[in-house]
Amino acid sequence: MPKRKIYLDYAATTPVDPRVFRAMLPYFNKKFGNTMSLHSFGQEARQALEESRERVSELIGAKPEEVIFTSSATESNNLALKGIAFANRKRGNHIIISSIEHPCIMESARWLKKQGFKITRLPVDKYGFVSPENVKKAIKKETILVSVIHASNEIGTIQPIKEIGKICKKKGAYFHTDAVQSFGKIPINVNTMNIDLLSASSHKMYGPKGAACLYIRKGTRIEPILHGGGQETGLRSSTVNVPAIVGFAQACKIAKKGMNKEAKRQIGLRDKLIKGVLSKIPGAHLNGRPKNRLPNNANFWFEGVEGESIVIQLDLSGIAASTGSACSSVNLEPSHVLMAIGLKHEQAHGSLRLTLGRWTRESEINYLLAVLPGIVDNLRKISGNIGDEDKSSSSSALS
Amino acid sequence: MVIRPYYSKEVIKRFTHPKNFGEIKKADGVGRVGNPRCGDIMKLYIKVEERDGKEIIKDIKFNTLGCAAAIATSDMACDLVKGKTLKEALKIDYKKIIKELGDLPSIKIHCSVLAREGLKAAIKNYYERQKKEKR
Repeated sequence: MPKRKIYLDYAATTPVDPRVFRAMLPYFNKKFGNTMSLHSFGQEARQALEESRERVSELIGAKPEEVIFTSSATESNNLALKGIAFANRKRGNHIIISSIEHPCIMESARWLKKQGFKITRLPVDKYGFVSPENVKKAIKKETILVSVIHASNEIGTIQPIKEIGKICKKKGAYFHTDAVQSFGKIPINVNTMNIDLLSASSHKMYGPKGAACLYIRKGTRIEPILHGGGQETGLRSSTVNVPAIVGFAQACKIAKKGMNKEAKRQIGLRDKLIKGVLSKIPGAHLNGRPKNRLPNNANFWFEGVEGESIVIQLDLSGIAASTGSACSSVNLEPSHVLMAIGLKHEQAHGSLRLTLGRWTRESEINYLLAVLPGIVDNLRKISGNIGDEDKSSSSSALS
Repeated sequence: MVIRPYYSKEVIKRFTHPKNFGEIKKADGVGRVGNPRCGDIMKLYIKVEERDGKEIIKDIKFNTLGCAAAIATSDMACDLVKGKTLKEALKIDYKKIIKELGDLPSIKIHCSVLAREGLKAAIKNYYERQKKEKR
């Protein structure tokens, strides 16, 4: 066992950076005002809120008034899809998403379908890549919104957002991207990348849970889904969670300052990890592209082993990893992302996601590379290669 | 309220140190259940011996491709029926396997059902082979 537990699941959530934590503290019990109050407590909180808005907008080249705060990326994505759909239903009823979106996009789209909207799910290639050409073909006169995830939370594939955005602009459809995994990790500019709406979350980039944002380009027609006191220019009623938002803003400030250097450092570790796993473990395969993937993401599938059993064994060895998205751990279906890139069920069930972060060190990668081959080997002994015997078997046939 | 860990101590113990995995080369009955779709495949091998006119499971082993719960339930199922008569073995239900494991997450209960199905399949296969021999 390593002296300290090794965390390689930064795509699930990240620890709060100590600098973020310190910035938040006064807002719990000293500067605790309600941003809607007229007295000095309220105005102090409002000042912090507006300064936070500036910090967050700076990271994506947006104007502060184009950013609204929410409680989670799930909320931001729900607002983007449902808000655009209902505000623009007179213009059209068609929405396009990719087949590797996060569940909060897919489920929002599924719900909108029940309300009478038409949904197109774009296919991806074997690397999880959405072709701009396919977007062009799928856009119709009635298309009001296209939503494509910037970087896959599971396999790390970075999409050609700029090209897709350009097509949407030309065709007059709004373009939304779920940038939860890329925000603060790789450069984003909403103007040069032709983005109309963008979702991001604090807890994936060393901020606290409970804060997120939706960038909405000025002039975009959108309806709120939460109605009430009219906070966030009426688009998101709710008392503002100032401490969390101050933390989110501080996390953005830190991310902006060291982004390129940190990305480079993580790419070095990631490539070492990928190379090590593929060379040390027979029957190991990389999911997604070798390059052009998130600096911190590695995702594999292993022949003759089930992913969850690897995760449990790694945990017992002091390493936290994931089979895919943490959200999919509640059902037994293999990852829809891995199925969309063409993996078979047994291959998708054998997947392992390792995601690095600000505190990942080379010694931790070395430790992982030292224990993982043995874990896979042991599990293969238990399975005795029975998966290979009859791949077409899908019943409880007797041998 | 104390949240119990996802897997019980016994499940982890069985998963990390299964006693009964491997193949019986000249098995008297073999059962293979599950499918790649659900992610779990189990194969159980039994060796049967006649003692005082009763058919007894003398040895039982498994190969399982699956999650920690699938491996632990396979191992537990083997222990529960070893030395038992075939009739006794057929009476073991999935709840008994879960009870002996401490507990299983509700989403993994199907693993214990699969282990029992594997056992039933191995015994059924044994009976079928017996019939053929008698002909």
